[in-house]
Amino acid sequence: MSLFRVFDIAGSAMTAQSIRLNATASNMANAESATSSTGQPYRAKQVVFAATQLNANQPQAVGVQVAAVSEDQAPPRLVYDPKNPLADGNGYIAMPNVNVVEEMTNMISASRSYQTNADMMNTAKTLLQRTLQLGQA
Amino acid sequence: MLSSLNNYFASNEAALKLRATRQEVIASNIANADTPGYKARDFDFGEAFGKALDAQKGIKQGMSLARTDDRHLSAKTGGALEADLLYRNDVQPSIDGNTVDMNIEMSNFTDNAIRYQASLTFMQKRIEGMRAALQSQ
Repeated sequence: MSLFRVFDIAGSAMTAQSIRLNATASNMANAESATSSTGQPYRAKQVVFAATQLNANQPQAVGVQVAAVSEDQAPPRLVYDPKNPLADGNGYIAMPNVNVVEEMTNMISASRSYQTNADMMNTAKTLLQRTLQLGQA
Repeated sequence: MLSSLNNYFASNEAALKLRATRQEVIASNIANADTPGYKARDFDFGEAFGKALDAQKGIKQGMSLARTDDRHLSAKTGGALEADLLYRNDVQPSIDGNTVDMNIEMSNFTDNAIRYQASLTFMQKRIEGMRAALQSQ
């Protein structure tokens, strides 16, 4: 029954979007973390999606998987604050390269995609319920 | 008698199966709306349905091996309900190579869901008609 696979497809997309939402939350939370366990400022994390075939015999069912979580290689933001203990000789401290505006748009996009996939599951559920009632007087 | 009952419902069954497959294809498109490089896919329902009906009537499809003896195997080129998956023409190409247009996909998804329910209703009425014919008055 191919309608059941709509659940797998939408489920994989919802997992991927929630991982993206998680990465956004980490980035927003650490937007001001000037240092970390490695001693370097926090770097923004970006999630890379990849299409994945759910079943080798069925080219029509394509889900989503997270291929990688990459770190943004943009240079850190330099802030002049000579009183900070982390400041270098010129009085600058390296702050995370998190772009808050980018993260907000990412968050909205991820939550909308999540909602769409949840709606898709609901539609598939309605169709399956009606199919199960077929032939009943 | 039973085979004619089977034939009576065969076209409805083919329509429902193809609608369910199309629902799956469009679900894959919506799930991969944020995947870089993903190309939206779809198939022509009318053409696939015509092929399925031809296959039920025993009209041969596509290529087949020439058989000079009854004991030769007939190589099948695909199932009776196999739809030809095509790629959608993009309206607004995006920079990451993704061709999913959410408006088109959502309207197709809803349209297909409604048509699936319509097919279910047609089948329901056929079952009711058959039941009325079978009952003694």
